[in-house]
Amino acid sequence: MKFLEDHLPKLMLAPSFIAMLIFVYGFIGWTAWVSLTRSRLLPRYEIEGFIQYERLFSSLRWDTAFTNLFLFGGLFIVISMILGLALAIFLDQNIRAEGAIRTIYLYPMALSMIVTGTAWKWILNPGLGLEAMVQGWGFEGFKFDWLVNPDMAIYTVVLAAIWQSSGFVMALFLAGLRSVDGEIIKAAQIDGIPNWRIYSAIIIPSMAPIFLSAFIVLAHLAIKSFDLVIALTGGGPGFSTDLPATYMFAMAFSRGDIGQAASSAMVMMGVVFTIVVPYLYSELRVKND
Amino acid sequence: MTDAVYSEARSQGQITRLVLRWLLYLLLFVFALFYLAPLFVMVTTSLKSLEEIRTGDLISLPRQVTFDAWRTAWASACTGIQCEGVRPYFWNSVLIAVPAVLISTLLGAINGYVVAQWRFPGANIFFALMLFGCFIPFQVVLLPMARMLGLMGIAGTIPGLIFVHVIYGLGFTTLFFRNYYVTIPAELTKAAKVDGAGFFRIFWSIFLPLSLPIIVVTVIWQFTQIWNDFLFGVSFSQAGTQPITVALNNIVNSTTGVKEYNVDMAAAIIAGLPTLLVYVVAGKYFIRGLTAGSVKG
Repeated sequence: MKFLEDHLPKLMLAPSFIAMLIFVYGFIGWTAWVSLTRSRLLPRYEIEGFIQYERLFSSLRWDTAFTNLFLFGGLFIVISMILGLALAIFLDQNIRAEGAIRTIYLYPMALSMIVTGTAWKWILNPGLGLEAMVQGWGFEGFKFDWLVNPDMAIYTVVLAAIWQSSGFVMALFLAGLRSVDGEIIKAAQIDGIPNWRIYSAIIIPSMAPIFLSAFIVLAHLAIKSFDLVIALTGGGPGFSTDLPATYMFAMAFSRGDIGQAASSAMVMMGVVFTIVVPYLYSELRVKND
Repeated sequence: MTDAVYSEARSQGQITRLVLRWLLYLLLFVFALFYLAPLFVMVTTSLKSLEEIRTGDLISLPRQVTFDAWRTAWASACTGIQCEGVRPYFWNSVLIAVPAVLISTLLGAINGYVVAQWRFPGANIFFALMLFGCFIPFQVVLLPMARMLGLMGIAGTIPGLIFVHVIYGLGFTTLFFRNYYVTIPAELTKAAKVDGAGFFRIFWSIFLPLSLPIIVVTVIWQFTQIWNDFLFGVSFSQAGTQPITVALNNIVNSTTGVKEYNVDMAAAIIAGLPTLLVYVVAGKYFIRGLTAGSVKG
């Protein structure tokens, strides 16, 4: 009885601990293992080395998907951060109806990416959407066919993703702006330092941790982006808007190529790992000190 | 003389300030339009007839408001070969989300309570492992999970999806509760222990009553995540157990018959409505969950 009482906390944690070991770490291990085999339709377990990765990196489709990840991710992260920071600074100027404006900027974050994708697919479709509307206004030569143009379609994904997430970045930065010590700002204002200098020299540098958090969240969203591509472009035209996430899914569930699915998933995992682990490590260390 | 120059300079300064202020509001207004436009287009499109969609333009208001598209979307739109609208899938999503939210929140509360208040060697490692689990791309567990669900005999079922959402929601729910409980002084637990209260008693009568805000944050976070999920839904469901996001995508991409944009938009709004409602009613807690998920500590 005493034993039970002493160990009760650990016992309560045990189910989650075991579940995590199996379903997170065990499963990662399984995927890593299978990515080293010749698995096709069914998994095989004889290790054959890195053939799947060789196939992956010599595949044109993966090449597009992997390049798109950095193109899409880079633009999405940079533009969302700039836009979010700008909107946060604008909103920080004693704006009337700030609450209402904030609500409007942030609501897309509550929507499913499938809903977002569906809406933008309709808006951007050349036949009846934006293009047709502007042409109807008399600008006959107006063309906006990014959605069906293989070279430009990936930018529609960027646009929709920014629409969805920039309000959230704004909220993060706004909270950061508000947490800067008011005394310092007041002192600077009394010294006659112009507002833009106060922002660029005092407030923004002190928000470095928030930049980092925003970057981590956005990078994470970018790597996971799957639903948005599926709903907006379906990976097309052709494979032009494929991302690693859609590539993995296609290999796993429609191509029946488990080896490719596993190796592409492991590459995604590697990208997340290089971004998140240093961040988590520093976060946890700071807290333990 | 100097006074006049000074006041003129001041009034000029005031004018520039006024102009800047107007520009600022104009800019904020333009961005508000950018964020609202898709919602506006969705709503107006869903209220138009197909005929009007073809002849009118994207942002024009419906000349004749009709709810036909909504009726079709709810009860008779085709998701592939079945034509029952999104209604059954809407209820699937409810059946998946409600138990998954409750179970993962409860487990998260207990985990967070243990990690924050019953420190034992290894508790930090547990927490770090759990935290990392929040960040893994789910693609990396998709294949083995599909096999596991098969082995467990719950592949393609609603309990299967509940199970998946509970497992992969635990990281965040534990994180939320741990970060909340860690701010409660450990002396409280110690004193209660001295008074002879046990593990559950302390949880039940001290921690739980303090937890309302974090419960609300966690429930909203989990509900939004699970309701909006597409990856698990499309990977682990079969015809009849699909959540609404999968059904919506199927309606939009079904290739049979005429493309009914108004029905697509109505279905999209229906799929988005529950989380939008939560956001409007409890926006404060929604934002807190979002920021807690990124800015820890």
